[in-house]
Amino acid sequence: MALPKHASRLERIWHYTYLVICALIFLFLMAPILVVIPLSFNAEPYFTFTEKMLRLDPEGYSTRWYDLLLTFGMQAPDAARDGSWWADAWSNAAWIQATKNSIIIGFFSTLLATVLGTIAALGLSRPEMPGRRVIMAILISPMIVPIIIVATGLFFFYSAISIQDWGIPYLGVILAHATLGIPFVIITVTATLVGFDHSLTRAAASMGASPTLTFLRVQMPLILPGVISGALFAFVTSFDEVVVVLFVGGLDEQTIPRQMWNGIREQISPAILSVATILVLISIALLTTVELLRRRSEKLRGLSPG
Amino acid sequence: MTDATFSPDEDVAKAPAKGLTTADGRPLKQALARAQSHARWRAFFLVAPLLAFILLTFVVPIGQMLHRSVYNDGFTLHEDIGSGTQTPLMTNLKTWFKDNPAGTDPDEAAFAALAADLLVLREVKAAGQAGTRINYELSGSRSMFTKAARRAKKLEPPYKEAILDLDEDWGDPMLWRVMRDATSAYTANFYLAAMDRTKDVDGNVVSVNENRQVYVKLFTRTLMLSLLITFLCFLLAYPIAHLLATLPLAKSNLLMILVLLPFWTSLLVRTTSWMVLLQSQGVVNDALVSMGLLGDENRLQMMYNQLGTIIAMTHILLPFMVLPLYSVMRPINPSYVRAARSLGATSWTAFRRIYFPQTVPGIGAGALLVFILAVGYYITPALVGGADGQLISNLIAFHMQKSLNWSLAAALAALLLGGILLLYWLYDRLVGIDNLKLG
Repeated sequence: MALPKHASRLERIWHYTYLVICALIFLFLMAPILVVIPLSFNAEPYFTFTEKMLRLDPEGYSTRWYDLLLTFGMQAPDAARDGSWWADAWSNAAWIQATKNSIIIGFFSTLLATVLGTIAALGLSRPEMPGRRVIMAILISPMIVPIIIVATGLFFFYSAISIQDWGIPYLGVILAHATLGIPFVIITVTATLVGFDHSLTRAAASMGASPTLTFLRVQMPLILPGVISGALFAFVTSFDEVVVVLFVGGLDEQTIPRQMWNGIREQISPAILSVATILVLISIALLTTVELLRRRSEKLRGLSPG
Repeated sequence: MTDATFSPDEDVAKAPAKGLTTADGRPLKQALARAQSHARWRAFFLVAPLLAFILLTFVVPIGQMLHRSVYNDGFTLHEDIGSGTQTPLMTNLKTWFKDNPAGTDPDEAAFAALAADLLVLREVKAAGQAGTRINYELSGSRSMFTKAARRAKKLEPPYKEAILDLDEDWGDPMLWRVMRDATSAYTANFYLAAMDRTKDVDGNVVSVNENRQVYVKLFTRTLMLSLLITFLCFLLAYPIAHLLATLPLAKSNLLMILVLLPFWTSLLVRTTSWMVLLQSQGVVNDALVSMGLLGDENRLQMMYNQLGTIIAMTHILLPFMVLPLYSVMRPINPSYVRAARSLGATSWTAFRRIYFPQTVPGIGAGALLVFILAVGYYITPALVGGADGQLISNLIAFHMQKSLNWSLAAALAALLLGGILLLYWLYDRLVGIDNLKLG
């Protein structure tokens, strides 16, 4: 993108204008994510930078909203912070309960989506798979169909089969979230299988390995990065999903997004921003992992030199 | 595959007339067909569990919902929640409707049938349910049913007078038209309602009153806003995708993080941040006021209206446009543009005639994806949209949760789903689902 030496003056001006435009668009992309981080340390209950904050006065900042996250819903939030205080927080604090629920639902739906999705992707990437195009379209469709339609359909379906009487907690939400996560697993795993060299499996078979052994020792290590990033996508999908939980989740099935949703609708407080900050940090960690996995996968398959 | 191995010479010698056979004497063609069929089944069995899962948790529920959009048994069947006993409702009226063609004035026999049915409604406490069903099409009629059912025992012949005494409106031909339709559980009336249509007294399809036309307007608004958002995404994505595609890989990977991080960040977090930025006491307004660009009293209203929906959704959907554009732009060979320049094209002409046409597939892929996602959006409009920034999904949620007119919600959802599936099919034909990439 370097400007050639013979560029005319007009071209130079345009080139720098173009760079400025790009910088502004990147700012547009990042600003909302960056702005919540400092604001979550606001000492005042406002959503804007106070004068003290702008002067970088330590008094303008505090961690009170993070503290509120911990204490909100506790029975005795003002007690001395000893062992029993923490036990109280662990079993009563609303956000901690929501986190527990989110993790349980996320874990099981990811497990379901990843196992079923990976096996299916192996089948889908075989050239002899019948009706490949139609089946692929059906399997990807949960990503395309509006979430409100999925939630509406599940609401009727679950009440028709009265799933809440089956005695398995979170079952309805877990199944729904697994469905929503499956397209991501399919997409990432089939992408790693595209460049897969099938002579490797044939070589393994010719040396006497059973199909299972071939899968575990030859195929699996090569597609593992794709499987893990698919799983991460599925987990994030579940971790961030609110509409289905609102429609089919029981009253005690509060998740982080649902708690946030209630917080935003009722009365938005900077405590929401501290949750948002924590979630941003989590997504940075996940993004880094996925990027590293992608590079590793490309290296393994010899697609890039590095 | 293993049983289709090519057999040694003696087999050929043994059966020269039959052609090639395998070691165990079967014709090669047959063995190959068998092996291929095995392979097909093996591939299918790998996919089968997931397909069954998706059918059960996704396709069946949606199919069931679609059924509800044409089926409402509120006026025909009552199910007791405790015992599960089912009682058919309005059976007498149904018989009368069958015997008398549409348009017949309700006579004494009709009112007698109604009185008998009201008694059943009273016994199984289903007056509210039946009234609600009629109320969907003729507002104000629910209370007529509950009131009449309460007094059903005291009704005496002549029934026509007795019932009309309760409420004049029982003689309304419109009410009888609606009841006639509702005695059959299958109906297309919810689709009519979803398209701002209704039936008049004679059963002709007509538009509803102008002040009650909401749905067509909302569908149009959803389409227009989605188009606008798609266009804005294109405008913003094109320059940065081009920059990312032309920078050296090390630098572009770094900048790509700026696109991918919002993509990975929770939707609710991004929506919350926009609320923080856009509110009238928010960061953007504060900055504008402190710079003196804006008086303190005329702060911009950027949230709880269409503008809020547009800004936030453009931001949220932008990565879905950047990624397909980038993957199309990256492999474009820069020497084409250079060749055009060396042949005397200005940089604008070279861009317009050489570079841009090569990026059209990426624009198509990104625009379709963004548009599909935008049309069905729910969360962001619900939080920042206010009254005039709501989309069709929000209205479906309203009918599901507030007005409890589930059949209408299902009909609206079916119309939305039909449009989405059409676009999805188009996407598959033009772009191919296999080419969907995530970062």
